[in-house]
Amino acid sequence: MRLKLVTMIGAVALLAACSSSSDQAAGTAGQGGAGNPDGSISRNALASLQGELSRVGDRVFFETDQWTLQPDGQRTIQGWAQLLRQNAGANIILEGHADERGTREYNIALGERRAATTRDYLVSLGIDARRIRTISYGKERPAITESNPDGWAQNRRSVIVVQGLATS
Amino acid sequence: MKIQATRRTMLRGGAMLLGGLASATALRPAQAQLRIDITRGRVEPMPIAVSPFFAAQEGERQYGDNIPQVVADDLERSGLFRPLPRASFTQQPAAMRNTAPRFGDWRQIGAQALVNGGIEIQRDGRVKVEFRLWDVTSGQQQEGQVYTTTAQNWRRIAHIIADAIYKRITGEDGYFDTRIVFVTESGPAQRRIKRLTIMDQDGANVRYLTDGSELVLTPRFSPNSQDVTYLGYVSEQRPRVYMMNIDSGQRAVLGDFQGMTFAPRFAPDGNRVIFSVSENGLSDIWTYDTRSRARQRLTNGPGINTAPCFSPDGRQVVFESDRGGSQQLYVMNSDGSNARRISFGQGRYATPVWSPRGDLIAFTRQGDGGFAIGVMRPDGSQERLLSNAFLAEGPTWSPNGRVIMFFRQSGGGAQPRLVSIDVTGYNEREVRTPGAASDPAWSPLIP
Repeated sequence: MRLKLVTMIGAVALLAACSSSSDQAAGTAGQGGAGNPDGSISRNALASLQGELSRVGDRVFFETDQWTLQPDGQRTIQGWAQLLRQNAGANIILEGHADERGTREYNIALGERRAATTRDYLVSLGIDARRIRTISYGKERPAITESNPDGWAQNRRSVIVVQGLATS
Repeated sequence: MKIQATRRTMLRGGAMLLGGLASATALRPAQAQLRIDITRGRVEPMPIAVSPFFAAQEGERQYGDNIPQVVADDLERSGLFRPLPRASFTQQPAAMRNTAPRFGDWRQIGAQALVNGGIEIQRDGRVKVEFRLWDVTSGQQQEGQVYTTTAQNWRRIAHIIADAIYKRITGEDGYFDTRIVFVTESGPAQRRIKRLTIMDQDGANVRYLTDGSELVLTPRFSPNSQDVTYLGYVSEQRPRVYMMNIDSGQRAVLGDFQGMTFAPRFAPDGNRVIFSVSENGLSDIWTYDTRSRARQRLTNGPGINTAPCFSPDGRQVVFESDRGGSQQLYVMNSDGSNARRISFGQGRYATPVWSPRGDLIAFTRQGDGGFAIGVMRPDGSQERLLSNAFLAEGPTWSPNGRVIMFFRQSGGGAQPRLVSIDVTGYNEREVRTPGAASDPAWSPLIP
């Protein structure tokens, strides 16, 4: 097919120009493993922190189409804050998730809102916002596959993941 | 006719109109009887005979068989035509080679229209295809063209012929020489593997644009069909809108925004992409110019503003917002001014997509424990639901604005499938894909 030559030249030039921007920087900052200005922390320590977070409960749940924290969710996050204060070298990712009963794009926005609410509460408890990244998965990564009220309730969640550990 | 002219230019050697073979009086386009009114909803499909094309040489015969078959399949899927079985044909292709068909023979088997043609492989290896469309009742030629192309391009010739037939008989541009970009899904729901995939509108020529190592969502075509924009999750970075050139595979992040970017769609000018930028839990709509890198903010809260889509004239944007307390559709001017709500039915409204004709907006509606695909006028009037399911989401328009494709999950845990349906609500069909599929986007006619 000869039709594409002219239009492609413009597009390729553009693509080459943009690709060098912030891609690399963000990638290394996220992966360098527990890097932190005031000292590093071993992978073992990160794993053990993740284990402790899981004991406290590594997730909080939300009502349908809501993003405000419930009292038990707040208590869970208070536990996270305590652990994060004890592990000042660890950074975290807060994942926001939605159940399957919503459109893809809205649920991505909703998951972002849940992650942001969770972060805001952690910050209000004294955790440095620079230690926290948020990411929304919308309805793309359910914890539970059952399509019923109980499954949906468990999928409407924010999850804390210690940065540098692969997400499951 | 503009579109046809460009597409002919593309086919090296070009296409030319074939004059009437037998009758000098033919060829007036205003023949009333061979016509389908596609605005009427359910129509009785027109019986049409698509004869194998004449092929003198052994190497030409596969094209003589396959091209008319693809034409017949396209016409059949439209729901407007009923191709008659080849076994019923009594006149051989060779017998129509240099003379008009014996229309009595074709009337006998109930055909109202007849398509025949011929194949010739040229010395340079390229394939020359000619076809004619006949009104069997009046015995007059309605259409006739010659195309020359490389051998591997034969399916496109078939789609272009089907488009020419569709246009002659319905009076509207066809949509067969188009492609679909979508997401192929595999693996367990908790770790779903999603790959950007492109294929011809009929499911042929499947090609994967990504390898499944990264989560990809909501691909959409550029107006020239050469690029797609989509949401990508690359390693541990925040999700962002990317643009990929389909042929080179090169991709780039669109814009350098602080937050997540998502829900992209090209503007009709092809230079700008409109999408949502999310920061601190609030999502607002921006445009980003891929050439000048200029960006413009169109909404400023409150809440979630997403799924933006330009009107075909570029003067308005339809989007969804929960600013009024629930997810609803709004239309604003393309500078962000004068946003007004247009959806007022029961439930939540999402994923609005403006028809290429400008006359309708397709959407997803959620309520009563399920999802539905519907259409409404751009002012919100005349809402109609076309299809509903446990999950039905993400409509996209055929370039002539007559058919909508979306994806559907029939129940919890069921695999998603692509489905097409006429804007009239008839002719609902599953679209052939290699596996579970979601997030379809229909290309314009290939230039």
